[in-house]
Amino acid sequence: MTIGLYAPGASALHRLPAGVKLGALVAASLALFAVPSTIVALASVPVAFAVYLSTGLGVPRLIRELRGPALLLGFVFVFHALAGSVEEGIAAVARFASLILLASAVTLTTPVSEMAALVERLLGPLAPLGVNPAKVGLAIALAIRFIPLIAEEYRQIREAQAARGLDRNLLALVVPLVIRTLKAADDLADAIEARGIET
Amino acid sequence: MIVTSMKGTFEMTRDVSTRDIVYIALFAALMAAVNLVPPIQVAFLPVPITAATLAVMLAGCMIGAKRGGLAILLFVLLVALGLPLLAGGRGGLSVFFGPTAGFILSWPVGAFVTGWLTERNWPRMNAVWFFVFSVIGGIGVVYLIGIPWLAMVAKLSLFDAAKGSLIFVPGDIVKAIAAAAIAETVRRAYPLMQAAR
Amino acid sequence: MIVLDGVSHAFDGRPVLADVSLTLAERRIGVVGANGSGKSTFARLLNGLVVPSAGRVLVDGIDTRRDAKAARRKVGFVFQNPDHQIVMPIVAEDLAFGLKPRGLGKAEIAARVDAALARYDLAHLRDRPVHQLSGGEKQLIALSAVLVLEPAFLVMDEPTTLLDLRNRNRLAEAVAALPQPAVVVTHDLDFITGFDRVLMIEDGRLAADGPPAEVLPFYRERMR
Repeated sequence: MTIGLYAPGASALHRLPAGVKLGALVAASLALFAVPSTIVALASVPVAFAVYLSTGLGVPRLIRELRGPALLLGFVFVFHALAGSVEEGIAAVARFASLILLASAVTLTTPVSEMAALVERLLGPLAPLGVNPAKVGLAIALAIRFIPLIAEEYRQIREAQAARGLDRNLLALVVPLVIRTLKAADDLADAIEARGIET
Repeated sequence: MIVTSMKGTFEMTRDVSTRDIVYIALFAALMAAVNLVPPIQVAFLPVPITAATLAVMLAGCMIGAKRGGLAILLFVLLVALGLPLLAGGRGGLSVFFGPTAGFILSWPVGAFVTGWLTERNWPRMNAVWFFVFSVIGGIGVVYLIGIPWLAMVAKLSLFDAAKGSLIFVPGDIVKAIAAAAIAETVRRAYPLMQAAR
Repeated sequence: MIVLDGVSHAFDGRPVLADVSLTLAERRIGVVGANGSGKSTFARLLNGLVVPSAGRVLVDGIDTRRDAKAARRKVGFVFQNPDHQIVMPIVAEDLAFGLKPRGLGKAEIAARVDAALARYDLAHLRDRPVHQLSGGEKQLIALSAVLVLEPAFLVMDEPTTLLDLRNRNRLAEAVAALPQPAVVVTHDLDFITGFDRVLMIEDGRLAADGPPAEVLPFYRERMR
């Protein structure tokens, strides 16, 4: 399935199993937050940048990924600077920058379906607590199925409301959207049962 | 009848039926759809004003604590899997390693709390109560988790973290008003809690 | 054979179907009736999606009240809107979805999915996202996803309502070629002209029952 942020490629990171990548990412974040050193934080940035570049996805894509977080990190730095600790600010920003780079590298090289399969596997041990991985898998698939359906319903409703001049009225847009998609949800639940699937 | 069905929903602690799963998936997808509405970027604010918490409030008000909380949790999971569903097309694991991860992780809890209060008070629900419970779950809980998280991971003081976050409260109040109006209209138009069973 | 024995049904105390007794043994049966006449409820009774308030529905002897799951396995159901029926985001995944609980191996599931797609020349859609398909393609995929489960009977609830003429004709051909007996609820009277039997439902009662040549003219007259 080629939906989501995944960018196809043939790098080493693309070939690595999703579980290994996720494990490494968690380990890196624990290490960076456990070591309070500014030097380590700063040193981690070029390492993370190199990991990202190894995916072969190029810098323009990176800039697109980092535009949102960049503003946030600026805000964090300013608050530290105002509190009189520029060094703390640099360390905090460096830590976030590294982790955001590494996490982006994982997301960009792992298809959504592979991530979903990993989640189902990771949830396996939670079965005694009442978590059913198969149900989680079904919920993920259904939600992905619903998103384009809702977008299409929304388009139709906006058109219909525009015809009577209500297309800027939140109630006139959201209430029919909720009610129509609920009808779809009820039918879909029937359809799942009609196919003899009991969850 | 609506009252008994609400109670039934609440008492159903473990078992999640096929219909529940479909409703959970639907509200996760509705949250994604709401986020596709372009965010309003205010100059010099680090986070754009987005509709995300509107969906958190609506999920709690409309499908209750367990299903509402799970719906938003499913949405958060979809983001983690790499779907670009957050405002501005953001998504993937990186958002969970940024300074505002606490806000995102607080959304399922917020939906659960709004839903729990709604279920507990279902017979008397009206727009005012929907507003109050939306404020408690969708604003109170979200900031109660998001601000300390921000302070901790960005090594800021609680006061600084709060100062940076509170500029979003006016927008959040507007969203709570919208959520209350929508939830009340749907409550009267479609016996949702009953149909949701 | 599906048998309805003294079946009545009410939603929240509002009667929608009253005292219907029928034996459905013909190969092709059409069901007509005005909006709200109870024909959708009738269709849902046949596979246990709705269990009657009174009376019994027997599918090859299986009581839908006692064992709805077994009844649903016997009776495939195609809905009006394929968007409300297709569960998984990718075509092949959706066909496989119903097969998974049957304990078949991966290879066996893939083989059955491919065979079901080949039946209506849909193999090229195998790995496509469902939301990119046309309405006609979606309805044929929904039908294939039901047929892949090899039901003994097929029930269709207004399957042509959302289709254009070309796709409606394609669906009519597909239905005509089915080996299973089929019950089709529809407003598309041409669709069922060649059927063996037509039931007309009016205000929750069976108002007419016979060959299309008799029932359809009567129905047209009543709808004036």
